[in-house]
Amino acid sequence: MSAFAALVGRDLALAFRQGGDWANVAAFFALAVILFPFGVGPEPELLARISAGVLWVAALLAALLSLERLFQSDWEDGSLEALVLMPLPLELQVLAKCLAHWLATGLPLTVIAPVLALVLHFDAAGMGALVLGMLLGTPVLSLIGSVGAALTLGARRGGVLLSLLVLPLYIPVLIFGTAAASAASMGFSAQPHLLLLAALLAAALALAPWAAAAALRQAME
Amino acid sequence: MPRFANPTQFMKLSAVLVPWCAAAAALGIGAGLYMALFVAPPDYQQGEAVRIMYVHVPAAWLASLVYGLMALGSAVGLIWRHPLAHIAAEAAAPLGAGFTLICLVSGSLWGEPMWGTWWVWDARLTSVLVLFFLYLGFIALANAFDDQSRGTRAAAILAVVGVINLPIIKFSVDWWNTLHQPASVFRLGGPTIAPVLLWPLFMMATGFLFFFATLLMIRMRSALLEARLRALKFGNPR
Amino acid sequence: MNWQNFFAMGGYARFVWPAYAVAALVLLGLLAWSLGSYRRVQRELGIREEKSPRKRKAARAP
Repeated sequence: MSAFAALVGRDLALAFRQGGDWANVAAFFALAVILFPFGVGPEPELLARISAGVLWVAALLAALLSLERLFQSDWEDGSLEALVLMPLPLELQVLAKCLAHWLATGLPLTVIAPVLALVLHFDAAGMGALVLGMLLGTPVLSLIGSVGAALTLGARRGGVLLSLLVLPLYIPVLIFGTAAASAASMGFSAQPHLLLLAALLAAALALAPWAAAAALRQAME
Repeated sequence: MPRFANPTQFMKLSAVLVPWCAAAAALGIGAGLYMALFVAPPDYQQGEAVRIMYVHVPAAWLASLVYGLMALGSAVGLIWRHPLAHIAAEAAAPLGAGFTLICLVSGSLWGEPMWGTWWVWDARLTSVLVLFFLYLGFIALANAFDDQSRGTRAAAILAVVGVINLPIIKFSVDWWNTLHQPASVFRLGGPTIAPVLLWPLFMMATGFLFFFATLLMIRMRSALLEARLRALKFGNPR
Repeated sequence: MNWQNFFAMGGYARFVWPAYAVAALVLLGLLAWSLGSYRRVQRELGIREEKSPRKRKAARAP
């Protein structure tokens, strides 16, 4: 357990020491969202209608930004091989890295989202469902992303390839996340969509570390 | 290990099978086309547009079937390190992508006159689009590394992970309210389509299946010959 | 057999025929590509094995 916590702590320290990652991701998220009123016009009704989708798509793309580096630095300096030899199972190590990634990217996105939602005239009635949906969905993005990051370690044009692999798998999260937020903002129950997001999270927690660990092992063969 | 699993045995076996499968493909598709265009009656609601079904549905069946085979081959290759398994999966990928493309395009052409729209984001269409991207991702990943075996293994993992999409495709029309019609052939309780419409469907599907088998074997033979070529190049620098 | 009616496909010609055409194009394209690659590697192997030392050819002979 302490080894798990230590790994999470180490990755988090790296993420915040470089100052870069989480701030970049948050800034990208905010900028991407802010572009939309300039692009589609400032009409409140139009913005309100697309706000849930815009927030989720921007969050998706922002999460994607930092995924490439999830395993990269460890792989490049050789510490990935040392991690495999640790007594902590590789699957748990992947989980630790995903947790650190989420704490450094998904969580800040979830916190900033309500502020940006107001900018897009998102109906405040849906705020709870938006935040809860993101709390459930952004970890799934980190988990699925870890599989893609492990598969594309060291690939040519790895960043683009990572997006090609991971974005189709993100689509269910996007669909249910926006459905939850939109439904709540229109006065309907967001519960079925949130439950499905929770199910996706449970499935991702169970499957993604296993798949990512398998991908990491074959990357080091 | 089965005898035909050996690459040399496979070359011998496929040399015999390819002409027969090719002939069966030509017959199946030829007969299927004839029945689809001249024998099958127009639909009382959809008119002649229903003939698109004889291209769209077999392509859809093959799109999923080929992915299943690709995932199976990938799993076998990863677990048992069978020499032919990865070769089979990588040979099948472009073929499966082709069938998926035919399914998507023909479906779109069928949807416009029938539903009034070229595309709709319902569960069935979206999951088939995801299938198409899984094929493309598999092909891209397999070719993305300087070390070919690394790409092969990474793509194999992707294929196995993506298999979760297959039940979603199959049951999407049951689990969600979709614009796409529910299952009418492969369902408990048997098909709900009239036999006169089923025959051209099965004939085309059989033709497509033999077409796939033929090209799969040809592509696997190519891959094995290319491996031999590389071995020769390394053993004989001049 | 009224060919004009047949090609008109009850008014749906601009949907039915492109669907069949795309299927034909994709399948024939895959066929051409697969056969082309196969013939190319066969040719390269044929030439290669002529250039190889004698004993390689002797070893290959049944």
